[in-house]
Amino acid sequence: MEEIKSPAAQKSEYLLEVENLVKWFPIKSSFFKRTVGNVKAVDGVSFKIRRGETMGLVGESGCGKSTCGRTILRLMEKTSGEVRLDGQDIFALTREQLRRIRPKMQIVFQDPYSSLSPRLPIGEIIGEAVREHEIVPPEEFDDYITRVMEVCGLPEYYKDRYPHEFSGGQRQRICIARALALSPDFIVCDEPVSALDVSIQAQIINLLRQLQKEFGLTYLFISHDLSVVEHISDTVGVMYLGSMMEYSTTEKIFANPLNPYTKALFSAIPIPDPDAQIHRIILKGSIPSPANPPRGCKFHTRCDHCMEICKYAPPEWNEVEEEHFCACHLYNDAEANERAEKLMAEIKAGEDAPAEEQEVL
Amino acid sequence: MAEKEKKRSSYISGKESRRITRFNRRVTKKLEKDRADAGKDPALYTTRMKDPNNVVEFDNVCTYFFTDVGVVKAVDGVNFDIPRCSTVGVVGESGCGKSVTSLSLMQLLQRPQGQTVGGEIRFNMGDGTAYNIVNTPNAVMETLRGNKISMIFQEPMTSLNPVFRIGQQVDEVTKLHNPEMSDEDIKARTLEMLELVGIANKEGVYSMYPHELSGGMRQRICIAIALACSPTLIIADEPTTALDVTIQAQILDLLQNLKDKLNSSIMLITHDLGVVAGMADYVVVMYAGRIVEKGTADDIFHHPSHPYTIGLMRSKPVVGRKVEELYNIPGSVPNPVEMPNYCYFRDRCEMRCAECDGRYPPEIRISDTHVVSCYRFLGQGEELGYPKSVNAEEL
Repeated sequence: MEEIKSPAAQKSEYLLEVENLVKWFPIKSSFFKRTVGNVKAVDGVSFKIRRGETMGLVGESGCGKSTCGRTILRLMEKTSGEVRLDGQDIFALTREQLRRIRPKMQIVFQDPYSSLSPRLPIGEIIGEAVREHEIVPPEEFDDYITRVMEVCGLPEYYKDRYPHEFSGGQRQRICIARALALSPDFIVCDEPVSALDVSIQAQIINLLRQLQKEFGLTYLFISHDLSVVEHISDTVGVMYLGSMMEYSTTEKIFANPLNPYTKALFSAIPIPDPDAQIHRIILKGSIPSPANPPRGCKFHTRCDHCMEICKYAPPEWNEVEEEHFCACHLYNDAEANERAEKLMAEIKAGEDAPAEEQEVL
Repeated sequence: MAEKEKKRSSYISGKESRRITRFNRRVTKKLEKDRADAGKDPALYTTRMKDPNNVVEFDNVCTYFFTDVGVVKAVDGVNFDIPRCSTVGVVGESGCGKSVTSLSLMQLLQRPQGQTVGGEIRFNMGDGTAYNIVNTPNAVMETLRGNKISMIFQEPMTSLNPVFRIGQQVDEVTKLHNPEMSDEDIKARTLEMLELVGIANKEGVYSMYPHELSGGMRQRICIAIALACSPTLIIADEPTTALDVTIQAQILDLLQNLKDKLNSSIMLITHDLGVVAGMADYVVVMYAGRIVEKGTADDIFHHPSHPYTIGLMRSKPVVGRKVEELYNIPGSVPNPVEMPNYCYFRDRCEMRCAECDGRYPPEIRISDTHVVSCYRFLGQGEELGYPKSVNAEEL
């Protein structure tokens, strides 16, 4: 084990640290397979998750939240940036080292219908990785699987059944049991409840919370359902077009959203009360293409508070109040404003320059 | 032991399977023949509305599916009205029969397996007469679909034809129902519709293909198609489930505005209580093929009475209402092939009483607008009778 160097012998407060993570998917031209552009799925995202806490990641479809979750687990290679789990840089590991660390980080996928092999019985689905990683000695294997299944609310006699015999909610329990069997520290839940019915959703959410309490798990909870995220998360990050727009504790962000995008997103949540008077901010248009995101602030094309500066300079990521981060020019301090204006002037000057120069670019 | 019994319950012998197939073939043939006979004479499918202010009246509608494992009573004795110019929300979990109810109204059931075996669906033609949709022949239905009743489906990605331009697809509806209109008029009408649903670049979109548009835009096109003939009833079957929250807000806002502009009614089918609360005037809650509670939005959201409705409300997290643990309704929906003869919700109910072991509870009117099927309210209001079911074996 000594080859896995762990500089974090002194355990830090944060289990997961993501710094400036970037994931671009190249667009190839049809014949020569030259890269003609990039889909900027995740474009510089940073956050940290404390041990035993849940971070919710919300945003519209196509904003890169799932890609972010998968890149963190190194199911895809990054373009740049850094991800540290327990102080260990995930992308610096060799294949073998990565294999050893895999049990520590698991994922639960969105669709329980397509993420279980139809040819394996439940016991084998849950136990396959346990055997591979030798989590328990072979003679205890059976008892261990039974225990894991019991924790997730699956009776023992399900072991020999196949996935097609189960309903959506039970399948999702199987997926959770499969992740849990490796005694992970960190689980990425990629929209675990959006394919399920309301009453089943409640069961799965309660199960996830109960397991967190029991085993001290840390979750990254990706969802587009804001009410679920509010219920389960300690901190919330809001993504838009590959960038993090706002990040804070759940209480702060729901009580006082700062970024205009977050405000619009939260105002669109349907409230099950016919008398509720909500001031809906209806966003115009739809999300721009991530292959060709707008210059400056990515949200400026749909923003109510769009200023001249938003069209040119991307906003900085600053801490507006304690533990409340936001990327928006509205909350710039004097220094940041100065930098942004300088940048805007530079870009404007570049635009006015003769056309040949632009072609060279 | 329990395991063995469980296994046996879903097992069907070869003999039994052949019997079911023979039965299905006989019954569906007979039902198809009855339908064809009824369709020949207009007197058999024209009726009168009970209340001329309603657009649609569902009267004890039973829609069954004759499947290889037995008869599935997808909709079993459903009773509700859709008043003029109002929005009725139909709420329930998947498999509760809410979509089948709307398909019965459109006569889009997968026939011959799916059959409306009993009850009446009366559709108001606006001139004092009404059609009983159950017996209406296909030729007449074709003049209604897209013209008087139209439907918006859940998946805007799959409900548009990928090989035709947007303009053509919207034109088609107008052309079919107004054959006398000239091509220029039809195009003008289409552009007007596109503008109405909030598409800025209407001329451009007219000649685009569906893949060039985003999900929200496609759903707008579907709405434009549905509204092209100013229908009296729009059925919106989970119109926003596939869309993002911000786009959902746009689409719901649009539907609400258009409803008022065109004086149409909306039948909004959804599983999201939040969407219903914002849109609907009346709410119908369905469970396992039957209506368990119906009333105005105010009745349902402020005085939920059926244990299922209460459970459904408590199991959904609400922003701004912090709870330590969500309520979860124990157990799962009963097997649709073998429905129990007592209250379908009894086994999952935490408020059951002695009467619940008896037959399925009657509908009880607990206020002018609020009707609930639960024994807890027995004697607290007028009994409206038991839901009428059809015995499939007698068909």
